Amino acid sequence: MIELLDPTSERQPGHRPRAPRPASLDGLTIGLLDIAKARGDVFLDRVAEQLTARGLRVVRFRKQTYTKPAPADLRVEIRTHCDAVIEALAD
Amino acid sequence: MSPGGQSAPMRVLVYVNSAQRRPRVLRTLGRVSLPEGLVCFVKADCPTCQMVQPVLRQLAAGDAPLTVYTQDDPAFPAGTAPVDDTLLEVSYGQHIEIVPTLLRVRDGKPVERLEGWDQREWERLTSVEGLGDGLPAFRPGCGSRTLDVGMPEILAMRYDGSRTRSRRIELGAQEDEVEAMFARGWSDGLPLVPPTAQRVLRMLEGTSRDPQDVVAVVPPDLVECTVEKVAVNAVMAGCRPDYLPVVLAAVEAACTEAFNIHGILATTYFVGPVVIVNGPIAQEIGMNSGINALGQGNRANATIGRALQLVIRNVGGGRPGEIDRATLGNPGKYTFCFAEAEDTSPWEPLSVERGLPPGTSAVTLFAGSGVQPFFDQLARTPEALARSLAACLRVVGHPKWGLAWDALCVISPEHARVFREAGWSKARLRDELGSILTFPGAEMVKGAGGIAEGMPESAVGATVAKFRAGGLLFAHAGGTAGLFSAIIAGWVSGPAGTEPVTQEIRR
Repeated sequence: MIELLDPTSERQPGHRPRAPRPASLDGLTIGLLDIAKARGDVFLDRVAEQLTARGLRVVRFRKQTYTKPAPADLRVEIRTHCDAVIEALAD
Repeated sequence: MSPGGQSAPMRVLVYVNSAQRRPRVLRTLGRVSLPEGLVCFVKADCPTCQMVQPVLRQLAAGDAPLTVYTQDDPAFPAGTAPVDDTLLEVSYGQHIEIVPTLLRVRDGKPVERLEGWDQREWERLTSVEGLGDGLPAFRPGCGSRTLDVGMPEILAMRYDGSRTRSRRIELGAQEDEVEAMFARGWSDGLPLVPPTAQRVLRMLEGTSRDPQDVVAVVPPDLVECTVEKVAVNAVMAGCRPDYLPVVLAAVEAACTEAFNIHGILATTYFVGPVVIVNGPIAQEIGMNSGINALGQGNRANATIGRALQLVIRNVGGGRPGEIDRATLGNPGKYTFCFAEAEDTSPWEPLSVERGLPPGTSAVTLFAGSGVQPFFDQLARTPEALARSLAACLRVVGHPKWGLAWDALCVISPEHARVFREAGWSKARLRDELGSILTFPGAEMVKGAGGIAEGMPESAVGATVAKFRAGGLLFAHAGGTAGLFSAIIAGWVSGPAGTEPVTQEIRR
């Protein structure tokens, strides 16, 4: 029998559940996160129009650069102000 | 009976056989303590040990306690009540390299050590006169069994196995180990060397750092990565132990905020880490900076770059199709590592230009997107060669974009000669390229020249530099024949993307 040393981080392959989905959007505040990719704003402008037309409250956020993860402060701000978030990921 | 046994402190010795009264040495805190007095390590297979048998018997009969550890024949040498060390635990613990080795032990620790037979020295150490009369005055010893081929690894595993903490993965008897590693997702697509405890312990001999030292926090999963985890991945990559310090430095540099390996991994762009090695270690470990320096065929070049990528993959969790979203990638993402040819370079080494003292071994990491050839066989003046190089540099990323990407130029010896003979420093070349590579914004904006791609309209009235200050790097490498150099295009440069990072290599 051969025994090898594990080359990985040894994190348990635990299932990470998704955040619960809202049953309805009524009365919710929706965050729109622009990650600073080209034309992400065009996409989110249109999404904002549609959400606002449905009577929802929309809050806009923008990352400084798409090359790095969102800073912790920004994540906290989104979590504090919004019930759900829509992110524009790629060009 | 060995008088050494009688006088040894009870905390380290117990007598397991009163007839023979041989001491069994207990391990204390993972180290073997020695009996007091004189201690000698021998093997029957050594002619010098055979020769000194009468000396050892003479000492055994004397006043000072003597303990003889025998590495092969438990009965050798007769008349000295030898202690069986055929498992080599004591020899390994005392780092015995030669037999006979004679020690003088006080408080369980050797305070003096002699290797081989030297009559005068043995007399001095033992304070016994007329020791070994009739024997030659001097005779070198033989290699200790602890150094037999393959033995250091076996002993490291047997007696130092607790140095490693990684989870043990047991493979089934019918399982092919190479296939098993593919199946577990550890591979970059090529076969891996199985990381057995023996191989990992041997790899760890390549550094003085503690196996549990944290080297870096590795993206994208932001996992604390120990020296041991780097060693496991270096084994899989095919590294030799003496490459490990280079891999450690590369991992450290890659995981800095400035280098931003997270972004380099996650981007849809081509980019991957390029490792340039400077300083004496490059030659010591046999790296290639000459013919085909950027290509295949050299173990150190190939496996150091690969080990870095395996750490990102296995420890950081960065895998293509998951966090790695590259549209095409580039072959350098398997491995991209080379040494700078410092001896023949017209310029100071890259690491020195970037602030480290000459003679310091270092890695510089550059986020590179593959190799673009620069061909010029006709330029005989530095001005002409610079203009030619500039024309090729303009297309980095896109000819209508400036200030967006850095570039690393690997200047080959035949091109370097042109600059050397004209006395051009790196700074001079960079300045010349800077002034050539400055364009009217009107040529660069979207739509100009019938090309939709380009810089924003706001650049119309401005003058646009192709590269930011410090955005052009130079290294010297390659074979001595060929009027070609290499342009390695970068990625989003500066704080919004990546900065080159230079890191000293610690042994």
